[in-house]
Amino acid sequence: MSASLDVIDRQIILATQSGLPLVPEPYRAVAEPLGLSAEEVIQRLARMQETGVVRRIGIVPNHYALGYQANGMTVWDVVDTEVDALGEQVGRLAFVSHCYRRPRRLPAWPYNLFAMVHGRDRDEAADYVAEIADLLGLACRGRDILYSRGILKKTGLRIGRLATIGEHHV
Amino acid sequence: MPLDAVDRRIINAMQGGFPLCARPFREAAANLGISEGRLITRLKRLLHDRTLTRFGPLFNADRMGGTNVLAAMSVPEADWNDVVNLVDAQPEVAHNYRREHVLNMWFVAGAETAEQVEAAFLRIESASGLEVLRFPKEREYFVELKLEV
Repeated sequence: MSASLDVIDRQIILATQSGLPLVPEPYRAVAEPLGLSAEEVIQRLARMQETGVVRRIGIVPNHYALGYQANGMTVWDVVDTEVDALGEQVGRLAFVSHCYRRPRRLPAWPYNLFAMVHGRDRDEAADYVAEIADLLGLACRGRDILYSRGILKKTGLRIGRLATIGEHHV
Repeated sequence: MPLDAVDRRIINAMQGGFPLCARPFREAAANLGISEGRLITRLKRLLHDRTLTRFGPLFNADRMGGTNVLAAMSVPEADWNDVVNLVDAQPEVAHNYRREHVLNMWFVAGAETAEQVEAAFLRIESASGLEVLRFPKEREYFVELKLEV
């Protein structure tokens, strides 16, 4: 799904996607180079938050630095008719940071529910897996946990090109 | 650097809901019982020492007219470095993780169109001779935010 974004929205996204300036009036600091008022940046961010373009505004903790060493992608084979109701419940568990339904790729991959869990160690992560398993109950026919062993690339999704293209289209 | 009580309050309270107003740090700081200047100084330090990855709006790429797809490959150890270089060299690839599984490489590719993402996967498949399993998001479930420290 795509919300309608105009050139100015895209400029604001480009100006803030690596972070807000740490100054008393951060929205003014974003607005001025764009020739906008702080009020306009605030209003546009508020609208983007309403439409879901902005998920939230705040800090993003570094799980590793905070002692969360066991970061696992838990994957579950959940009965199709129950996966959406159960997925919503899994997403609300305090230790789950992302939760998605994705297609199975049989025979190699029978799992359709993905939930990222973060534990201080693998014992803690295993407790979380058990908690999810309890919640899923008999609707779950199989599971696995794939621990991260290293980050090979992490640039984040950037809209640099999108913003440029968008300007030509608008 | 070990976290003190103020750091913990900041981390627990500021994972979302940063105010949209003229002096947002002043408002957020008041809720934490500290001064605006102290909050800004703390955030600078927590970002500098990488306790925090970033601070600001978190955008949903799916809602910006782009698309992104999770993918996985089973890469033989002998080819590992070549395939890492190949995958990481694709500008569409935003994240790439090694994971403990037969499917040992998991990455996300994003672009303006689904065709561009698919083209990146096809380049990786043809250059590596390996299959790329595609796991597009079918549904995203609401996640509460609450890493407690």
